[in-house]
Amino acid sequence: MSATATGTGVSPSASTGTPPPRTTAARKRALGLDRDAWFLLLPALLPVLLLSAGPLLYGLSLAFTDAQSGRREVTRFTGLANLSDLRLDSLFWDSFRIGLVWAVSVTALQLLLSLGLALLLDQNLRFRWLARTLALVPWAMPEVVVGVMWRLVYNQDAGILNSTLRDLHLISENVDWLAGISLALPAVIVVGVWAGMPQTTVVLLAGLQNVPLDLHEAAALDGAGLWQRFRSVTWPALKPVVLAITALDFIWNFNSFGLVYVLTGGGPGGATRLPMLFAYEEAFRYGQFGYAAAMGLVMVAVVAVLLTVFLRNRLREDDQ
Amino acid sequence: MRSGAARAGQYLALLCYLVFLAFPLLWLLSTAFKSPQELGSVDASWLPRHPSLDSFTAAFGQQPLARSALNSVIVASCAAAVSVAIAVPAAYAMARYRSVVGKAATGWILVSQMFPFVLVIIPLFLVLKSFHLIDSLTGLVLVYVVWNLPFALWMLQGYVRAVPASLEEAAAIDGCGRLRTLRSVVLPLLTPGLVATVMFSFVTAWNEFFFALVLLKSPEKQTMSVILTHFIGAEGAADLGPLAAAALMATLPSLLFFALLQRRLVSGVMSGAVKG
Repeated sequence: MSATATGTGVSPSASTGTPPPRTTAARKRALGLDRDAWFLLLPALLPVLLLSAGPLLYGLSLAFTDAQSGRREVTRFTGLANLSDLRLDSLFWDSFRIGLVWAVSVTALQLLLSLGLALLLDQNLRFRWLARTLALVPWAMPEVVVGVMWRLVYNQDAGILNSTLRDLHLISENVDWLAGISLALPAVIVVGVWAGMPQTTVVLLAGLQNVPLDLHEAAALDGAGLWQRFRSVTWPALKPVVLAITALDFIWNFNSFGLVYVLTGGGPGGATRLPMLFAYEEAFRYGQFGYAAAMGLVMVAVVAVLLTVFLRNRLREDDQ
Repeated sequence: MRSGAARAGQYLALLCYLVFLAFPLLWLLSTAFKSPQELGSVDASWLPRHPSLDSFTAAFGQQPLARSALNSVIVASCAAAVSVAIAVPAAYAMARYRSVVGKAATGWILVSQMFPFVLVIIPLFLVLKSFHLIDSLTGLVLVYVVWNLPFALWMLQGYVRAVPASLEEAAAIDGCGRLRTLRSVVLPLLTPGLVATVMFSFVTAWNEFFFALVLLKSPEKQTMSVILTHFIGAEGAADLGPLAAAALMATLPSLLFFALLQRRLVSGVMSGAVKG
């Protein structure tokens, strides 16, 4: 999972509300124009510009060229040719649809289960510390290991899932979970949820600290039931955090790669080929750099549009 | 008023989650310690009846596992050391000057999350290729440094803010320059934060897969996460025991660091999420 440098991106604007500076000197400071400051920032700023922001812009521009790997001829600017090819590429749109199904289901399940778990872990339960610690373990694991681990669980002959289900008499014959066209996608979705829950849970737990305790108690005194208290006290305080983590989870899930690469490699028959897997193959198996970059471009664009719509609707609801 | 039934329901729900959480982990553990005969039997059992280390020895025999572990250690340590070393002064500047650059950096963390890696890796591949840094650990370290940086900056910035500015003012009155102050006043107080950031960067680099998969070609250069995929054959067939053993070894350092770091990590993430 992209359980990497992440979880914390939820609300990076840790700036406290300082009033805008008035004098030129103060403004200069605020703009970071102090010579010392630049000197201190430079070692970090340069590599980021050179190896992150730069390549990203370069990558976007490649989407409009016929760049290929290991080719002698000069790369040409081809305008919208890649995009119009992509428009007709039904395989790409299949993978795009799979990516959406995957991202929406994983994000939704992650959110629901993590919300429940976070509410539980917020309670004064015994062994809470232990549960809190254990709940985070998948976070520390490399996504490749998570993938391998679940392959072992799903394995047709020697996997624990089949033998458990047989013991419970839920199935009579072993199922090949990752090889069935209709089963493979749900099977990898379960793994995605398993891998992504810790991060969402931690963020929601943090959000629960926003919930005003005295309001809770007042509502309880007024005889509000559990559900009523959740709706009128917990939810309003939690909502901004939920929105942020949902949006981020969706992006991460839509762009995810390693987990499914290890689990199914995109198979069977492309049934779990997420857009990133498709783009990776296009770029590094077939060497079509320009075309793969165009796929990336479409992925960014669609995610951006979806998120704008999602966030705007949610914010409008808030206003009412 | 809280009924006992509700309480019981809560514990039951928690138990369900812990089972969901634990069962693949235990299965990995169990598979890794089974004997080859047991792995071959059709009836999968929860516990190894004859625990053996055969899978571990087999794993080392099948793939250059020791070499890849060394590669992972080298890459992750270098990436962590370099990114934190260059992040410290920058984080200090961001925390103390509250600059536009600081806001831009935090904004960049968010934005960079949105882009599919394929958009970054193709140009990086081309750039690193022209410097002959494909299939080289140096190239991968470079990528990881940059990839770790925004987050390291973000973490360290928080730790710098926690250092009282009055201490620095005192040092300034005593005639310390800014850099001197940074070195002899701020840095010592920053040590716990530095340790946490280094560990987090290490684990991130250790766990990373996509960049390593694309940039490292020859088996003796590959990191553990990439080598792990070689245990899965071309048709998806796998030698389960060695696969489990290798996976277990690949996750050990992360789990170890996580155990040490867990409390700090959680509080860091939590404060980050709440501040917004």
